[in-house]
Amino acid sequence: MIYLDNCATTKPDPQVVKAMVEALEQNFANPSSLHSFGHKIEKEMETMRGSLASLLGAEEDEIYFTSGGTESNNIAIHGLIDKNKRKGRKIITTSIEHSSILDQFRHYEQQGYEVVYLSVDGQGRIDRKQLLDEIDDQTIVVSLFHVHNELGTINPLKEIINEIRQKNKDLLIHGDGVQACGKIKIDLHELGIDTYSVSSHKIYGPKGIGGLYLRRGLDISSLVIGGGQEKGLRSGTENIPGIFGFGRACQLAQKDFKKRYDHAVTLRHHLLELLKRHLDRYQINSPEEGSPYIISISIEDTRGEVLLHYLEGDEIYISTASACSSHGTKRSNTLDHIGLSDNLADGTIRICTCKDTTTDDLDQFVKALANYVYDIRQIMGR
Amino acid sequence: METVMSLSLGEVILKGKNKRQFIDKLLGQIRKSIRDFQHGKIYHLMGKIYIPYEKEEEDALISRLQHIFGIVYISPCLKVDSNLEAIEEAVLTMVKEKMDREPGLETFKAHTKRGDKSFYLNSMEVNNKIGGMVLKNFDVKVDVHHPDFYVYCDIKKDSYIYIDRYKAFGGMPAGTNGRGLLLLSGGIDSPVAGFLMAKRGVAIDCLHFHSYPFTSERGEEKVVKLAEQVSSYSGKMTFYSVNILPIQKEINKNCPEDEMTLISRRFMMRIAERLCHIKGYDSIITGESLGQVASQTIDGLKVTNDITRRLIFRPLIGMDKVNIMDLAKKIGTYETSILPFDDCCTVFLPKHPSLRPTIEEMEQSEKGLPIEQLVEDAITNMKIVKIKEEL
Repeated sequence: MIYLDNCATTKPDPQVVKAMVEALEQNFANPSSLHSFGHKIEKEMETMRGSLASLLGAEEDEIYFTSGGTESNNIAIHGLIDKNKRKGRKIITTSIEHSSILDQFRHYEQQGYEVVYLSVDGQGRIDRKQLLDEIDDQTIVVSLFHVHNELGTINPLKEIINEIRQKNKDLLIHGDGVQACGKIKIDLHELGIDTYSVSSHKIYGPKGIGGLYLRRGLDISSLVIGGGQEKGLRSGTENIPGIFGFGRACQLAQKDFKKRYDHAVTLRHHLLELLKRHLDRYQINSPEEGSPYIISISIEDTRGEVLLHYLEGDEIYISTASACSSHGTKRSNTLDHIGLSDNLADGTIRICTCKDTTTDDLDQFVKALANYVYDIRQIMGR
Repeated sequence: METVMSLSLGEVILKGKNKRQFIDKLLGQIRKSIRDFQHGKIYHLMGKIYIPYEKEEEDALISRLQHIFGIVYISPCLKVDSNLEAIEEAVLTMVKEKMDREPGLETFKAHTKRGDKSFYLNSMEVNNKIGGMVLKNFDVKVDVHHPDFYVYCDIKKDSYIYIDRYKAFGGMPAGTNGRGLLLLSGGIDSPVAGFLMAKRGVAIDCLHFHSYPFTSERGEEKVVKLAEQVSSYSGKMTFYSVNILPIQKEINKNCPEDEMTLISRRFMMRIAERLCHIKGYDSIITGESLGQVASQTIDGLKVTNDITRRLIFRPLIGMDKVNIMDLAKKIGTYETSILPFDDCCTVFLPKHPSLRPTIEEMEQSEKGLPIEQLVEDAITNMKIVKIKEEL
């Protein structure tokens, strides 16, 4: 099997699985229990919180565990807007965010908020001048992806946030770091961001667990009312197997950061060379300075979904767009916003490598890809 | 007093000397279909079928029986000895239950049928007795023209009292009218066509065409789901799945673009014909409706019809799309049909399909194709799935 859909999810690391099995078989106590067994689990959980904090350049008390990226994005956006609702009615994001951000902004648009969806260039970069022009004293929240999930485009958050703060120091800023965490260098304190979302299963951790960074001193309302866990921001008995697995994944991500990053750069370079040699009439949508883990390719006169099904026959797994936008048959809206023609958008695939991907895998993939593209063009190009 | 489900049979009863065969087939089907219910011995008596059942399974039993063709009405009854006292007690119980369940009922009518003419009162006299007793015990009036409810009393060897009659689909017991091969796509029409022919007693198996990898596994699973839904009426079936992509590739290479769809459909008909020949089907069933799409114009149907001399049933031919959709909703296939997956036809849709094709043109266009070989290969590579009837 050659798995190249690592932006959708990754295979959990064996050490992660081990930590989780231990949590299920032995460390099963409730961290809120008063007895020593519960206390032991609570301490272990705080260690894991520290591991995530350290990976993000944050402090332990600024990290909250959630069920994943979507929930973190929801707590943050709803919370920030609620916090600032008396200061204005204007909120800003980009036109190509993940649906868990975009759909919330659409929700607030229906509620009467003025919403700005920033346009992007052909490789998903926002126009920083447009952003600054849009910010006025009515603007209360800005939400930006850190690494784009379909293109790999990186928003230079440090510079952008700096510029925003100079124009309006009261507005609150959220970052979607789901595809950034563990994959590019992150120092949240240096960024000066207010909230930031991360997810475990994109970095070899389990599904169903994620994290939210909330800047110290900032206090937002919660979506779930209950037992007061996670300082009341996310009530409900902690998902200990998930947290232990996530924590372990964070430790590994930090330890192997450079090794993994360099490997991804090598793979990316190798893939681009292979494509040049074996494929014609295509374009790369991912910017050169983007995340090395994500490569979006648009191939003329073919269909991404058909390619995907051809490749699955060889146990090669890729995706056409974000798994969250490929439900149903509607096309990813990112591809429209970066200005792809119908022909190119229909022929777009996304390749996401991981720590275990080899150059051999890519050789096999590109060989099969070139064959199938030829085949499909024979059928479709009349 | 015993709870018994009474089933009225429609056309089956009108049969002549072979009536017994139809009833036996129906009895067999009922037994099989309700095997997971706690019921007593099923019997047939003077044109009706009776099933002793447990009260708590009443609703589930009725909805299961509504899926069996050959049944017209389903009535939950109380079965008592044929004497007036027992009959009156049963009427009292049933009316009370009915009035508790549906407050606001004001009028009723008693309706007695005497299968056993030796009973000492005639039907009118029984009606009077029952009616008088209901009037005495409940706050209702008699209305012989438009009553809110009827109290039925069937006097046979035993007597059966009932109030509610639930409608079933009628039709003929499955498998009493030969075998048909249903061309099942993922759309709204073909499951309905299968349902309608199964209702006339045709035993159904399905043939499905896909274009993997131009279509997806999820798309095929959806069609299997549709077949299962049809099987809840028609009984277990065989599902044949044929990849038509190799044929579409050949057509694409060698034939005019505007004839793509029709030539594909001619191949589907050839494959269906071959399968009928091998497996012994009497008929082919399609969901075609005249004029619905380009390939279902009268000329379009002519060129696909020309492929085989076998009997082709097109039960939807004169129906409007809205009526087909209503029926799909009623039989429960609609929600599955509208799930969004490409089927094999949309992939190769010509931009401007030919609207006035002729058989001669088609034959001319197909000249370069190794027709026999393509059909042979399609059958050889066919996948077969056994579908158990969905209960």
